[in-house]
Amino acid sequence: MDIEKVDQIIDKHNSEASSLIQVMLEIQSENRWLPRQTLERISEKLEVPLSRIQHIATFYKAFSLIPKGRHEVHICMGTACHVRGARNVLTAVEDYTGIKPGETDLDLKFSLETVNCLGCCALGPVMEVDGRIHGKISPAETAEALKKYE
Amino acid sequence: MSKILLKIDGKEIEAEEGMTVLEAAQGEGIEIPTLCHHQKLEPYGGCRICTVEAEKNGRSKLVVSCVYPVEKDLEVTTRSEKIDRVRRTILELLLSHAPDSDQLRKLAEEYGANKDRFEKEPSFCIHCGLCVRYCAEVKGKFAVGFINRGSRREINFIPDLAATECWNCKECFPLCPTSALQAAYMFTEAQVSETPVFDADSK
Repeated sequence: MDIEKVDQIIDKHNSEASSLIQVMLEIQSENRWLPRQTLERISEKLEVPLSRIQHIATFYKAFSLIPKGRHEVHICMGTACHVRGARNVLTAVEDYTGIKPGETDLDLKFSLETVNCLGCCALGPVMEVDGRIHGKISPAETAEALKKYE
Repeated sequence: MSKILLKIDGKEIEAEEGMTVLEAAQGEGIEIPTLCHHQKLEPYGGCRICTVEAEKNGRSKLVVSCVYPVEKDLEVTTRSEKIDRVRRTILELLLSHAPDSDQLRKLAEEYGANKDRFEKEPSFCIHCGLCVRYCAEVKGKFAVGFINRGSRREINFIPDLAATECWNCKECFPLCPTSALQAAYMFTEAQVSETPVFDADSK
């Protein structure tokens, strides 16, 4: 992400230190991760110490300090999904993408993450890709569903 | 500033409004153990070892004295069976992280805490935040901060700042109740600095 784009986002928030998390969220959603130079730039412009930014960036799961894939795959491991076989769904997705939860594949296509409840237990087991819910999914269907994503 | 009258361990004490129970007690020479407290720093209430019993209108509760403001007619007990039990458990939990800390061991002896009660999980840091707060509040350098959350929380030096600011300061070192801070610093220093870490002291 180029520095001008970062500056643009910071300026949009009038370089206010109180908008720190908003700025970080916006950069995260644009860039899918927060590179170190970006954090340093935010620190400089908003006059917030880098250690505080680091504290926040590592505190919230919404932020990532390592590159994320173009598509974020979330597998629900909540109780309802779990008893309906979420573990097998996860294994199938791991096999298809070749990554484990918390990892990103080499072509930056998928990032895999387990979550604890997506709030739609009646649809379990649930796989969420980029915010889109794939409900009542069987392990065999996951590959088909993931194929559609480029 | 108006004066507030309260009782600590049966002793009538005159304190100023806005003072904490800990400050009032220390002013009278009554000792309350602390780990995360430091005179120059804002109260933090992180370690809970300064827990005392505060009674008002016939009701008593356990409060953390370093962040609890003095109140009129408050009756504070700084040592009792109940308080000792609380402090003992806190110490036992902290000792599972830093079993060899002198400060913790001394307190453990006083309160009869068993350092082997909980499984060892030596992270060495007890999250008192002294280094982080000292660097921020007194030095204004923010070279060390917390990262992560919950059980994975740890202190972390910003490498660039550690290389430029810390070598000549190190004022946070003696504050650390364990040795986690020094270790974290040495580790960062070894990663970034051109200063030979182990030679510097022998010059």
